[in-house]
Amino acid sequence: MSVQAESPSRQELETASVVPLRHPWRWVSAAIITLLVVMIAYTLVANERFEWPTVARYLFSRPIIDGLLLTIQLTVIATVASLILGTMLALMRTSANPILRLSAAAYIWIFRSVPLLVQLILFYNISALFPTINIGLPFGIGPQFAFGEVNAIITPMVAAILAFSLNESAYTAETVRGGLLSVDKGQIEAGRAMGFSEGKIVWLVVLPQALRVFIPPFGNQVVNLLKMTSLVSVIALADLLYSAQIIYSRTFETIPLLIVASIWYLILVSAMSYGQSLLEARFAQRGNRVGKATKRSGPTTDTSRFFALKTGAVQVQATSEKDER
Amino acid sequence: MTAPLVEIMGVRKSYGDLDVLKGIDLEVQEGQVVCLIGPSGGGKSTLLRCVNHLERVDQGAIKVAGEVVGYRWQNNSLHEMRSSQVCKQRAKIGMVFQQFNLFAHKTVLQNVTMGPIKLLGLSKDEAIERARTLLDHVGLLDKQSAYPSQLSGGQSQRVAIARALAMEPRLMLFDEPTSALDPELVGDVLSVMRDLVSQGMTMLVVTHEMGFARDAADSVAFMAGGEIVEHGTPEQVLGNPQRERTRSFLSRVSA
Repeated sequence: MSVQAESPSRQELETASVVPLRHPWRWVSAAIITLLVVMIAYTLVANERFEWPTVARYLFSRPIIDGLLLTIQLTVIATVASLILGTMLALMRTSANPILRLSAAAYIWIFRSVPLLVQLILFYNISALFPTINIGLPFGIGPQFAFGEVNAIITPMVAAILAFSLNESAYTAETVRGGLLSVDKGQIEAGRAMGFSEGKIVWLVVLPQALRVFIPPFGNQVVNLLKMTSLVSVIALADLLYSAQIIYSRTFETIPLLIVASIWYLILVSAMSYGQSLLEARFAQRGNRVGKATKRSGPTTDTSRFFALKTGAVQVQATSEKDER
Repeated sequence: MTAPLVEIMGVRKSYGDLDVLKGIDLEVQEGQVVCLIGPSGGGKSTLLRCVNHLERVDQGAIKVAGEVVGYRWQNNSLHEMRSSQVCKQRAKIGMVFQQFNLFAHKTVLQNVTMGPIKLLGLSKDEAIERARTLLDHVGLLDKQSAYPSQLSGGQSQRVAIARALAMEPRLMLFDEPTSALDPELVGDVLSVMRDLVSQGMTMLVVTHEMGFARDAADSVAFMAGGEIVEHGTPEQVLGNPQRERTRSFLSRVSA
């Protein structure tokens, strides 16, 4: 091979320009994906069966907005309840008391094992199991303070709140526990050695550091919860999806109304993801230089590196990145 | 002679079948520096951690400033204290760890002010003033707003020392303070510790730094197998060891 035969001089090596490796398959795959995106965009516009005018007509209609508000309400209540109950369960699971530990583990085991849909229907039909509710001493000893018909108390909304809150708590408990376990034991020992009480150590040292690890999976969980609330259509609770279903069962505009619901779910989840990224930035491990450097170099570096656009540009960015580290 | 600041009396401790401490007796006078040396697994760190009740003593007792640590003497038996009482005892004893254990979510300044504000009831301004003085002493005033992840090991350990001193302890415990450091950073931490010695701080130091033990300690105790094998002045223990076990350990360390 002639290229290898002539060995370059030192001066040639020092002054030679650098040709980066080309990536032809990146261009091919990018072209295929672009084509697919264009095709999808075309069908969205060209296929009249999407009935965009109908979508626009229903997007802000009264029943849809009412359903949307109910979906938000259910998500917020279940999230708050799961944070309280889940944190309690997580602390119980890490407790020194074996009864507390076991009962928390059993709770989590049951509520994570039975499908959410089954739990929802169970709570909806709970009056078949407990027709009346008495508040008093256990096993009916002594006077009863309050009495009620379960059927009257467990409305579809109450059944949904119970099912989603209790189910979500089991997951939140594990997420909180993961956060607690992520905090180095040395941090707790340092707190003890300084004379902090166990409560102050949890509050001042462990929880603030656990939050950083807790937020990303918890954000995922809440996004999931929001979408799972659409299950309430089986107990005829008029959330976002069920409100859309009520309309299309009457007008047969099935696809446009499902699109209306989808648009609202997209908007809600996007808003939540944005909120999550704000929270993550707020609780990020401050002073983490690596994290900041990656953020600063940003997406421009990635795209230009991806296509290896210009030799010069890539070289400059590569060096500036090194400087930052 | 006044009563020693630290009295360790017949302390025993075991983990299951493993006896980690087999009846330790040791005293530290006020203003004295005692170094604990010896092979790993010999019980040095465990003994140190018993002094502030991070580890529970199985038998025997440790007194600091005349008070039994972690227990209350009542009806001829030792009753374990409530944790709030243990906290009060611990606040008077500073401790420095091998792994620094600075609070990762707090700045250097916040690490040093946190104890005085939350435990001693100092105002924020008083605590900051005290922290600045201490950080200046350890040469890290310019790092006050840095986070622990931005510090080198040597800097972290000096902040950890400042954090412990901010509580104005009567006794400082050092658990292998230089063992996790790069060799060129050890000197900075040792010089801060030497400053403390010259200011008359009472110190109990677990260390592998024989140079520090030789010229800073008032006495050196060689621990192995859960016992104090040899105890005396640095000249006696390090210069002219009487026991074979001490000699073989020292020859391996200095080699």
